[in-house]
Amino acid sequence: MKTTYTRVEQIVGNVIAVRATNVAYRELAEVSSAQGRSLAQVIRLESGRAFLQVFAGTRGIGTDAEVRFLGHPMRVHFSEALLGRSFDGSARPRDKGPELEHSWVSVAGPSVNPAERVIPRRMVRTGIPMIDVFNTLVESQKLPIFSVAGEPYNPLLARIALQAEVDVIVLGGMGLKYDDYLYFRDTLEAEGALGRTVIFAHTASDPVVECLMVPDLALAVAEQFAVGGKRVLVLLTDMTNFADALKEIAITMEQIPSNRGYPGDLYSQLAARYEKAVDFEHAGSITILAVTTMPGDDVTHPVPDNTGYITEGQFYLRGGRIEPFGSLSRLKQFVNGRTREDHRTLMNVMIQLYAACKESREKLAMGFQMSSWDQKLLSFGQRFEREMMDLDVNIPLEQALDLGWRILGECFEPSETGIASKMIEKFWPQAQAQAQAQAQPGAASARREVGSAR
Amino acid sequence: MTQSTGKVKAVNGNLVVAEFDRDVRQNEVTYVHAEGLRLKGELIRVRGRYAEMQVFEDTTGLREGDEVEFSGELLSAELGPGLLGQVYDGLQNPLPELAEAKGAFLQRGTYLPPLSSERRWSFTPSASVGAMIAAGATLGSVPEGIFDHRILVPFAWEGAWKLSWLAPAGEYTIQDPIAKLVDAQGRERVARLSQRWPVKLPIRAYAERLRPSEPLTTQVRIVDTFFPVARGGTYCVPGPFGAGKTVLQQITSRNADVDVVIVAACGERAGEVVETLREFPELTDPRTGRSLMERTLIICNTSSMPVAAREASVYLGITIAEYYRQMGLHVLLLADSTSRWAQALREVSGRLEEIPGEEAFPAYLESVIAGFYERGGMVRLHDDRIGSVTIGGTVSPAGGNFEEPVTQATLKVVGAFHGLSRERSDARRYPAIHPLESWSKYETIVARELVALGRSTLRRGNEVHQMMKVVGEEGTSIDDFVTYLKAEYLDASYLQQDAYHEVDAATPRERQVEVYGWIGKLLGQALRFAGKDEARRFFQRLTQATNDWNRTPRGSSEYEAARAKLDGMVAEHAVSNDGRSQR
Repeated sequence: MKTTYTRVEQIVGNVIAVRATNVAYRELAEVSSAQGRSLAQVIRLESGRAFLQVFAGTRGIGTDAEVRFLGHPMRVHFSEALLGRSFDGSARPRDKGPELEHSWVSVAGPSVNPAERVIPRRMVRTGIPMIDVFNTLVESQKLPIFSVAGEPYNPLLARIALQAEVDVIVLGGMGLKYDDYLYFRDTLEAEGALGRTVIFAHTASDPVVECLMVPDLALAVAEQFAVGGKRVLVLLTDMTNFADALKEIAITMEQIPSNRGYPGDLYSQLAARYEKAVDFEHAGSITILAVTTMPGDDVTHPVPDNTGYITEGQFYLRGGRIEPFGSLSRLKQFVNGRTREDHRTLMNVMIQLYAACKESREKLAMGFQMSSWDQKLLSFGQRFEREMMDLDVNIPLEQALDLGWRILGECFEPSETGIASKMIEKFWPQAQAQAQAQAQPGAASARREVGSAR
Repeated sequence: MTQSTGKVKAVNGNLVVAEFDRDVRQNEVTYVHAEGLRLKGELIRVRGRYAEMQVFEDTTGLREGDEVEFSGELLSAELGPGLLGQVYDGLQNPLPELAEAKGAFLQRGTYLPPLSSERRWSFTPSASVGAMIAAGATLGSVPEGIFDHRILVPFAWEGAWKLSWLAPAGEYTIQDPIAKLVDAQGRERVARLSQRWPVKLPIRAYAERLRPSEPLTTQVRIVDTFFPVARGGTYCVPGPFGAGKTVLQQITSRNADVDVVIVAACGERAGEVVETLREFPELTDPRTGRSLMERTLIICNTSSMPVAAREASVYLGITIAEYYRQMGLHVLLLADSTSRWAQALREVSGRLEEIPGEEAFPAYLESVIAGFYERGGMVRLHDDRIGSVTIGGTVSPAGGNFEEPVTQATLKVVGAFHGLSRERSDARRYPAIHPLESWSKYETIVARELVALGRSTLRRGNEVHQMMKVVGEEGTSIDDFVTYLKAEYLDASYLQQDAYHEVDAATPRERQVEVYGWIGKLLGQALRFAGKDEARRFFQRLTQATNDWNRTPRGSSEYEAARAKLDGMVAEHAVSNDGRSQR
């Protein structure tokens, strides 16, 4: 089985072809040349030749390079010993820890039988009001963060990782700047979360083939933890780099490109990874948050476009804030009816008022006169942005809801919000309500319907 | 033809090439033996002694020299009692049973029989022994849930047959002989409760195809009134992500006025199928009072399941639909999403190194899509009963752009187009079917003139709206302004519908006729207002009141009161056409 072959017949891009027999499709091999050793994977078999994708790239590989087939496909060690460690895209330690051998699990394994899935019912608390209140993250959800270069998406991921109530965090970095890798590692360590984290990081200077392996490695490990009953959060950054690596390999293999150079199977490739998100009925779960940077801030670019069709909503990160309008959590209605009875009402009313505020701002920008209602909306908008939208705000859901009522109470009269009176009685901040009632006895007649903004 | 065998020569993704020894057949089912497993595939091209196959499973671990078995049979569906209520993958494996046998993950190479071989069905014969019959003729029936499931002469048996023996009434499994038929040459064949049919061929055992003229009520107002679907018709629902394609399909699968609904979830999110899967057994079908699952069949090949089986899942769906049509039933097939199937075609075509067409889709994309939608239709069977298959397919165009090849190829062959727009879904106007861009060639359920009036009001209202953006409200005449308000009113209180409200979610046919009759009258009614503010307030109140009306159950006293209230509101502003007040 472990025969060594030394006849490399073809070297194109990162792919070499070697004449070999009894090779299995997707089998791993070790390629040794003057440049050192690298793993390689069989990506095509054809009439006695095996085509191998060399993880470290083909630079310096000679036609006399030794190719030794390992007799197994890509696999990764799995045990509790992974926690606190970081690895590269070939699953070799990136830290100074020991190599982990034995207890292998295969990567890119079969998908979950749809009949075994359940409707998700638990929310993931993040401490970020724009997520918890307005677009609740649900266990087993797959959600991308659509953003553009320069936005603080990695700090956002790190914060969610630190604050989310999960058992295990698996971080997959693709094309990460080395600084960003260090940032993640140091931040997790400083906050004491490294002990429940596994990092697979491909940095921008690593060979491009390794970038392709990162999501599979991260998800294979996550799956094992989930089967073992753990609630796992997988963070992937940046999936656009992953897609670009796919594109690069596909073009090298002379595949016909479909859209802007991306291979025709981009959707299936992305879906195979995202669909690993799952909630097992009698075990744990996998939740996936993935950064997708949009080239040119264009949501119709093939990567965000295909992603949007696969994932269960999206967060838009723009101007350092999670946008309340384009952002959507498709699963939120499964959980936000059972958090606190005022959750849905407050969520809808605040967004409607904020939309109305945007209209007032447009009017202001065009030089129209501001009515007293416009003024109220403007001051509400300002407070909403400062006290709830700002990413530095860090409060649990219940406090965020209380804060929402406080902001409403200080900006408006109850009747102006269009909230049902039953809710008002129970949740409207009493002190303000009374104070306002005394200060403005005719307040009720000065009502102004929010309904028009709906 | 003796069954051929072969050996693997090349592997590229799910495309496997094998050298074969005897004869092979295009599109026959093949099995590759690898790692102790038998992986199903389909032969898609022959070159010399080499057969190229698409394997329906992950091909990891295949080696050159692995054995290949050619079955000689085309990819076929098992058709018989017990299909309804099932959840199949694209190759007709029952998923719940698969989970029981193999656990939470889909292990490749496991194929289970689609129908239980142990379950006994109570058969009642109806044909007479000695009669001359043909394929598709009824031999008898067994009760399946709410239906009399007819047992038919296998569709593949060509020519005339004499019924020589028919089983007496009793309990039989799907494998027991139920009838014996003899052809002119005296050859005898045995019919059973179930039969097999190749999924890619249409079933043609009917007398004639009819023009789809009967409306199929979906209880979605904008569809039934403005862009209707007919029984035996075809329609498509393209839209960008997040525009509500799947919610619309789910609502249709619950409320559509048909006997059987087949949901083919093809290459989409698993989570959405799970909702149907877990919720339908709990929901009651208002038509029968039984569980919705009894009239539903789910075929589920979600995005992470094998890509090559996506195509199979769509064809499996249409074949089962045709089978139930042959019993004189009305069937609705919902395919979500045909774009994923087209993408699967593109992937295979790329591996075959075929010359690509637009956006790398294969050149035969159009004819494949046309062939699929043409399998829909209303037919008169040999015994004069009428059955139909209606096809509704969603399309997921890249970037939400309808100019792309799949949408365009689909538009050529469907009878109705329900285009979803991002603009409307962003404005939370659901269902987000665009009222100006969509179209339908089928007959509406309400008066035709009123629909024409509604269309022209919407068009005119949109023109005024565009104009107002330039000249402002003050530069718009009161007549134009009222037209604009009428269009907005029609949109807000009729076209939009609350999918989560128990009454508003489904509007039955009679109610649509009544409500739209009232609204249509209003659209044609001249109205007088003192000024634009008064007009706007009037239509705001009218919208509110109509929405209240839409939310009260028909036949209740509140329903009548709400209508009377609306009449009263209109009377205050109505003028006759010569301009005099009607009061």
